[in-house]
Amino acid sequence: MAEHTDAANGAAESSAGMPQLDFSTFPNQIFWLVVALVALYFIVNRVAIPQIRGAIEDRDQVVSSDLESAAELRAQAAAAEDAYNKALAEARAEAQRIAAETRAEIQTELDAASAKANAEIAARTAESEKRIDEIRESASQSVEQVAADVGAAIVAAIMPDAADEAAVKAAVDAQMKG
Amino acid sequence: MAETAAEKSVSGLNIKPMEQFEVVPLFGDALRWYSISNVTLWMALTLAAITLLLVVGARGRALIPTRGQSMAELTYGFTRKMVEDVAGKDGVQYFPYILTLFTFILFANLLALIPMSFSVTAQFAVTAVLALAVFISVTAIGFIKHGAGFLGLFWVASAPLALRPVLAVIELISYFVRPVSHSIRLAGNLMAGHAVLKVFAGFAGALGLGAVLPIFAITAIYGLELLVAVIQAYVFTILTCVYLRDALHPSH
Repeated sequence: MAEHTDAANGAAESSAGMPQLDFSTFPNQIFWLVVALVALYFIVNRVAIPQIRGAIEDRDQVVSSDLESAAELRAQAAAAEDAYNKALAEARAEAQRIAAETRAEIQTELDAASAKANAEIAARTAESEKRIDEIRESASQSVEQVAADVGAAIVAAIMPDAADEAAVKAAVDAQMKG
Repeated sequence: MAETAAEKSVSGLNIKPMEQFEVVPLFGDALRWYSISNVTLWMALTLAAITLLLVVGARGRALIPTRGQSMAELTYGFTRKMVEDVAGKDGVQYFPYILTLFTFILFANLLALIPMSFSVTAQFAVTAVLALAVFISVTAIGFIKHGAGFLGLFWVASAPLALRPVLAVIELISYFVRPVSHSIRLAGNLMAGHAVLKVFAGFAGALGLGAVLPIFAITAIYGLELLVAVIQAYVFTILTCVYLRDALHPSH
């Protein structure tokens, strides 16, 4: 409420109790209204709107860039998972290949070793047989010799005249063959 | 309920509900056009309040807005959306003017609810200048954008041909009545509410300590006036947007 005033114009009372219709106050009101509106327009247009719009735009930018980077990270994660799966599959295939290779290698080694062993065994057997043969040969020769010697000794003992070594030997040979 | 009683007692009591609307100089006796008056004071306070909200409150420009910044952004976004929705995309270039108008009326209305304050927007001189400024700007925009085609606003092409001249006269009258209704609606609402508050306040003062009913009535009317203050600011602004849309798109 306005403090009581003995206003310069008593027109307020004359205008049917409505001070708003006291036209003598209009120039003052209109002047200050125009001043206020112009000042307010500059405050709003030059300071308030750029400031608020800037804040809103900054926020929108941050939000959209955050969303973008989130999408990027998700794509990266998906790519990493793909790479991991691929690597896993590759490793598995590699492992299987190595196992098969090793198995094959071992098989060939085994085959070679057993072949070598067989060959050795065969060689040893052959050698042994040869030696047995030799021993048998030498043994039969010895027996022949002993038989001839014994025959000759017997002949000489029984009839010393008829001692003919060659004949005895031939007889022993004939005997041995028979 | 208490109204009849109040009316009866008004004559007996010395209640001057209209005294609050008097324009008085703050210094000296004579009110000249440049005198610093209570109008000056309350307009300055209105500007200070708007600056506090839109400039100081939003100064932080924080990513996560503070309370003040949220309110500033809310005011900004609300007004901008209103302009965009009502006046259309090409109305957004006038958004600074609309925001100026809206905040000025809103804060003048709200500050006027402070007891002992002066209601700037209850003055017909003020609202008439605001409404005339809107009327003249909008008409100028219409003629600048569309030339004589702006007159198509008054020529209702969808109506039967015989009716069109009649409608044109009606449209023309309603167009020129716009600033009148625009200004009187705002000032009238404010004035009525404040006068009623004053009447009840005087009644309560006369009753002294037993003034339970008038105090209750004042509280209720004060709440209503709070609503009226915001709604009238909104109505004034949205009507401005509607007029702006007519100027930008005169064809019906």
